[in-house]
Amino acid sequence: MNDHAASVITHEGLAGLIDGLRVEGFRVIGPRLRDQAIVYDEIESLADLPAGWTDEQEGGHYRVRRREDAALFGYNVGPHAWKRFLHPPLLRLWRAERTGDGMTVTATAEPAERYAFLAVRSCELHAIAIQDRVFLNGPYVDPHYQARREGAFIVAVNCGQAGGTCFCVSMNTGPKAEAGFDLSLTELLGDAHEFLVEVGSERGAALLATVPHVPADPKHSTLAANVIARAEGNMGRHMQSDDVRELLQANLEHPRWDDVAERCLTCGNCTMVCPTCFCTAVVDENDLAGNAAERKRRWDSCFTMDFSYIHGGSVRGSARSRYRQWMTHKLANWVDQFGTSGCVGCGRCITWCPVGIDITEEVRAIRGEGGSDGRA
Amino acid sequence: MEGLERIVSEHRLFEGLGAEFVNLAAGCAKNVRFNAEQYLFHSEDPADWIYLIRHGRVALEVATPGRGAVQFETLGEGDIVGLTWLLPPYRWGYDARATALVRAIALDAKCLRDKCEVDHDLGYALLKRFLPVLVQRLQAMRLQLLDVYGPAR
Amino acid sequence: MDRLAERAPSLAPDAMLPRIARVTRRTRELPDTWTLDLVAQDGRPLMDYAPGQFTMMYVFGVGEIPVSISGDASDAARLVQTVRAVGKVSEAVTRLASGDTLGLRGPYGTAWPVADGYGRDVVVVAGGLGLAPLRPALYALRAERKRFGKLVLLYGTRRPEDILFHRQLASWRRQLDMEIEVTVDHAGSDWRGHVGVVTKLIPRLGIDADNAMALVCGPEVMMRFAASALHDIGIPEETIHLSLERNMQCAVGLCGHCQFAGSFICKDGAVMRYDKVRRLLGLKEI
Repeated sequence: MNDHAASVITHEGLAGLIDGLRVEGFRVIGPRLRDQAIVYDEIESLADLPAGWTDEQEGGHYRVRRREDAALFGYNVGPHAWKRFLHPPLLRLWRAERTGDGMTVTATAEPAERYAFLAVRSCELHAIAIQDRVFLNGPYVDPHYQARREGAFIVAVNCGQAGGTCFCVSMNTGPKAEAGFDLSLTELLGDAHEFLVEVGSERGAALLATVPHVPADPKHSTLAANVIARAEGNMGRHMQSDDVRELLQANLEHPRWDDVAERCLTCGNCTMVCPTCFCTAVVDENDLAGNAAERKRRWDSCFTMDFSYIHGGSVRGSARSRYRQWMTHKLANWVDQFGTSGCVGCGRCITWCPVGIDITEEVRAIRGEGGSDGRA
Repeated sequence: MEGLERIVSEHRLFEGLGAEFVNLAAGCAKNVRFNAEQYLFHSEDPADWIYLIRHGRVALEVATPGRGAVQFETLGEGDIVGLTWLLPPYRWGYDARATALVRAIALDAKCLRDKCEVDHDLGYALLKRFLPVLVQRLQAMRLQLLDVYGPAR
Repeated sequence: MDRLAERAPSLAPDAMLPRIARVTRRTRELPDTWTLDLVAQDGRPLMDYAPGQFTMMYVFGVGEIPVSISGDASDAARLVQTVRAVGKVSEAVTRLASGDTLGLRGPYGTAWPVADGYGRDVVVVAGGLGLAPLRPALYALRAERKRFGKLVLLYGTRRPEDILFHRQLASWRRQLDMEIEVTVDHAGSDWRGHVGVVTKLIPRLGIDADNAMALVCGPEVMMRFAASALHDIGIPEETIHLSLERNMQCAVGLCGHCQFAGSFICKDGAVMRYDKVRRLLGLKEI
């Protein structure tokens, strides 16, 4: 959507965008430094952003580090994904009450406010689009996701460097944000600390119009292109992705599954941090008097024993089968179900796995390529 | 014995068996009939006969103390009752009871064993026919053993 | 700034909200299996469904489970469901009395392709409780009896006292328009029927296998053996249909629990074609 030429704003302009969104009633969510990680939480002003911080990520390793500059967006993705707002970890669906001759059921009202997400990475834009397909495009639409998603304002950020476990290039999900945003920012750390702004929608243009901005000149555009090229050039991981679906579906009994089973703790971290994992469990609760009952929905993980329970036992009892389920769903079955891969190459599952299991390495092993860990 | 040869050759077990072999087998055969509730044999009896069922139903059962007799298999038209004739010590391990009128061909097991010893081609032809029956029974028995309809707990 | 203000979007209906239904009749089928007749609390028609579909039944404060619809789909006046008590929620469902209310969602899932059997011999193979989700198909097949060739029901269960719907089966037998063979895994000495696995009855079927359709439902192991035996006598894999089962929580394809490789049993099943699932059924822990 580029009828609009790129512009450039300063910190003042960026602060103005945040204020403008808040004035319009949006809850602005963006990156904050908390508990030694960069997480997504409420943003009230520019001062809340993790200026001058970066992250260091590897298999089973995450640290925040001080940068030498004051970049506002100089890190990659942390343990949070935007799904925690669009597809909440815990949600009350309805409440039932006993009446004289039966029961009544009352649905929970959806929140009135709208979200504005600040600093959404390209991989995350793709992850949101993937979850859109799951929740909005099937025979049954999830109204809870729909309520939070429709009207959400998205300010994307183009990554200035790749993370230690990133492989968006392999999955065709970045590093440049191409679509699915209202505004997209590229942080320029040249002579001046500025932000190139690309417009992705009419309301993005309208918001930009309310803050001081100047047209981008060729110097800005070149700087911005370099930022993206740098990110593109130092991806932490690589996955040959064009044949993964066939590869995994044809190798359900590959010996590698036994190998990974010896390492996997089935802790489920990967499913919690993965921006596309969507499985939920239903929870029924009632009050002590037995007059009111509630049905809630919470995030679930295919790594639990309960997940596949039927008839007094679990279908997938072994760690081997549960790891295989997660990986073949994510990379192969997802394509049959929703038309795209479920993986966006964000690397979170590699970073947050306590034992550093690397999905790109597992694919390589099943393909039969030994050797390097695939650092690009 | 011509009628008996025809009857033998019509039984599923002997379908397609050459006339010569049918002849040899028929030499050990006789027509038998059991009324409903009559026993073909009891557990521990010598396994002297093989029964080719032409009509009716035979229940194979074992007596279990406290439970009475438990039927574990029924056989009907076209089935063979008795594979134990192949193996020493040639004793039945269960009871066989007609649960309806049964017409069958009884083959004298010792007569057949002796003929097979003399004519190995006959022996091989018969074993080739009995073995699949044995294997199918084993496979079916495995499925029965899994008790798939049992309660979930 | 108006352009940034949002109109409230019109949201899709919440498929997790149950309707309220009431039990009008409770029939004991077996010591642990009950059939409930249901109507809507608000008096409106409860639901139109196709044979093979299921609903999610909710007991106040206890939980929700998938239950097969076991009634006649052409009877709009009531919804008939058969439940076996095997856990906390199913036990609570079987204890619902006439007049009690429950939550109900559905119907869900794919249907037995009854119309695919027009002009063909149809074999129905049921094991244990599997006869319940097949009963609507049998009603439908019998309702248009002339459109099918031979109609055969093979039913296997554990013991004679475990035969489900035995009065119904006896009544159908008396009509003399279909073949019904019942077999049990073991029996006492007064049983006069078959003893042995239901697959044993398959090779003896006198049907035109090339042009036959088979509907199979029962424990997964039994379905695998039965489908294999049906295929061995010449019924094409594409016309053998199974009803599969997995952990089911939302029944609308959003919670992820019912996945069977790439299929969601709640929307791509429960009724599935044998050729599409045969390989996966042979693998462990899928």
